[in-house]
Amino acid sequence: MKLYELTISQAAALLSLRQLTSQELTRAVLERIHAVEDRVGAFITLNDELAMAQAGIADKTLSEGRGTTLTGIPLAIKDLICTQGVRTTCASRILENFIPPYDATVIQKLKTAGAVLVGKANMDEFAMGSTTENSAFKTTHNPWDLSRIPGGSSGGSAAAVAADMCLGSLGSDTGGSIRQPASHCGVVGMKPTYGRVSRFGLVAFASSLDQIGPIAKDTRDCALLMNAISGHDPQDSTSVPEPVPDYTRFLDGDIKGLVAGIPKEYHASGGIDPEVAEAVNRAIQTLQDLGVRCVDVSLPHTEYAVAAYYVIAPCEASSNLARYDGVKYGYRDKTAGTLMEMYRNTRSKGFGPEVQRRIILGTYSLSAGYYDAYYGKASQVRTLIMDDFAKAFQHCDILLSPVAPTPAFAIGDNTDDPLTMYLSDVFTLSANLAGIPGMSVPCGFSTKGLPIGLQLMGPHFSEGNLLKAAYHFEQTTDFHKKKAIL
Amino acid sequence: MKISKEDVIHVAYLARLELDEAAVEKFSYQIGTILDYVDTLNRLDTTGVSSTSHAIFLTNAFRDDEIRKHLDLELALSNAPEKDDGIFRVPRVIG
Repeated sequence: MKLYELTISQAAALLSLRQLTSQELTRAVLERIHAVEDRVGAFITLNDELAMAQAGIADKTLSEGRGTTLTGIPLAIKDLICTQGVRTTCASRILENFIPPYDATVIQKLKTAGAVLVGKANMDEFAMGSTTENSAFKTTHNPWDLSRIPGGSSGGSAAAVAADMCLGSLGSDTGGSIRQPASHCGVVGMKPTYGRVSRFGLVAFASSLDQIGPIAKDTRDCALLMNAISGHDPQDSTSVPEPVPDYTRFLDGDIKGLVAGIPKEYHASGGIDPEVAEAVNRAIQTLQDLGVRCVDVSLPHTEYAVAAYYVIAPCEASSNLARYDGVKYGYRDKTAGTLMEMYRNTRSKGFGPEVQRRIILGTYSLSAGYYDAYYGKASQVRTLIMDDFAKAFQHCDILLSPVAPTPAFAIGDNTDDPLTMYLSDVFTLSANLAGIPGMSVPCGFSTKGLPIGLQLMGPHFSEGNLLKAAYHFEQTTDFHKKKAIL
Repeated sequence: MKISKEDVIHVAYLARLELDEAAVEKFSYQIGTILDYVDTLNRLDTTGVSSTSHAIFLTNAFRDDEIRKHLDLELALSNAPEKDDGIFRVPRVIG
């Protein structure tokens, strides 16, 4: 086994026994990155020297016996999480040269834990997209089939894990942006409960939906990363003061008697690829064989989730992105004579087409005369969607469904048809609207060899149950162990 | 179309964007299609349904009003496209 193929828990064991140094591990990961980055395109910014320096410090910490599980572990970070002194672009021209003067809370936590940050991962511009094709800088290719999309918006973070260019990564999920690329790249991804992880230093897209979460090679690593990043933060007034359990303690727990709801609306949908349906049904059967009891449940407002989401998210985005005005940071058009021209030229040249489309959609939906019909109505439907989940969770502990209706499609297939693209988010958006946790675990492959993910969702703060069910599933399957050949 | 080209131009102005003719045409069509789809929400009777703007129950997060560590002036200005003696510079507003 190559060093870069190690999981976090495997590497941590070797590091703590001093059978491996972080410098050896980090060098192996950097060499791997440089061997495959031309083909995968997972990173916007790499900083070998900084990573090796962090690895050196980690080795010192480890030799003094002061290491934690993440000390010396090379990780990748989605390029919308602020890293002090390291360029953070959001895959946008408007932030092309932005050097954050502070670290996001999750970065502070990872640095305190001694993690090594190898680079900033590619994404859809401002996390708007499901393919990573909306990056202003590069296209990321799915390691399983380089002609296909890795999913998005955290496509770089997922592809980097799948291609062993890091041992784990952080992404963000506003409507499926961790779970869907994890599914397409055959890795594990978790969107935590809203408020579980601090958003301080996360560049805002839709503040009531955004949540940072881990992408990992297996469920144990996912739990380890959750341990490191979770918790209340006084800097984020929407983070929740709920104690953080040791998520690894859930993994071995008994799953006999766990009740899984099978939401009929997520399985009866006409657009599901038969191979996805089959893989997900087999996964449900596997969990049943392990002692999980399955019940049918209904989430009757599912068909309205995409419409509600594509009002609410653009409305919040149009407000959040008002800050990019060419004054305080980021790109400025210097040809303009007046302040108004400067604003308009800066924003038109700085934002890509999908971002502009959503700003206009959001601004329109919030404008006088339309607010009640669009934002008001969508916010009421959001309540109905939350009530659906609350009712379903009276009968079950978790929900099982597909993550995405199809495996990864070809690069360029859907770039000019935004509505069709939005509709593919149907299984993931509702968790963001309701603020509940969701997770993707590898559960099969299509005949073309493309990974398929199983989605697990649960009530607020039930991450432990999701991890437990996923871990037991992994113990009897080997989908997560298969590697893309590059 | 659901959203006319004039609407797109007006909203783009409100959002401080400058669109060329092709972009206006394209956005009018694409956003119109999206808004048509959003209209499916009107099939639901939401009379008396409360609105949700935040999915987690939280009351206000208060803290004592005290001076705390803040970003150093130089750092706060470090990304400014144009700065001058501790301030952000912008094009002249008053003639």
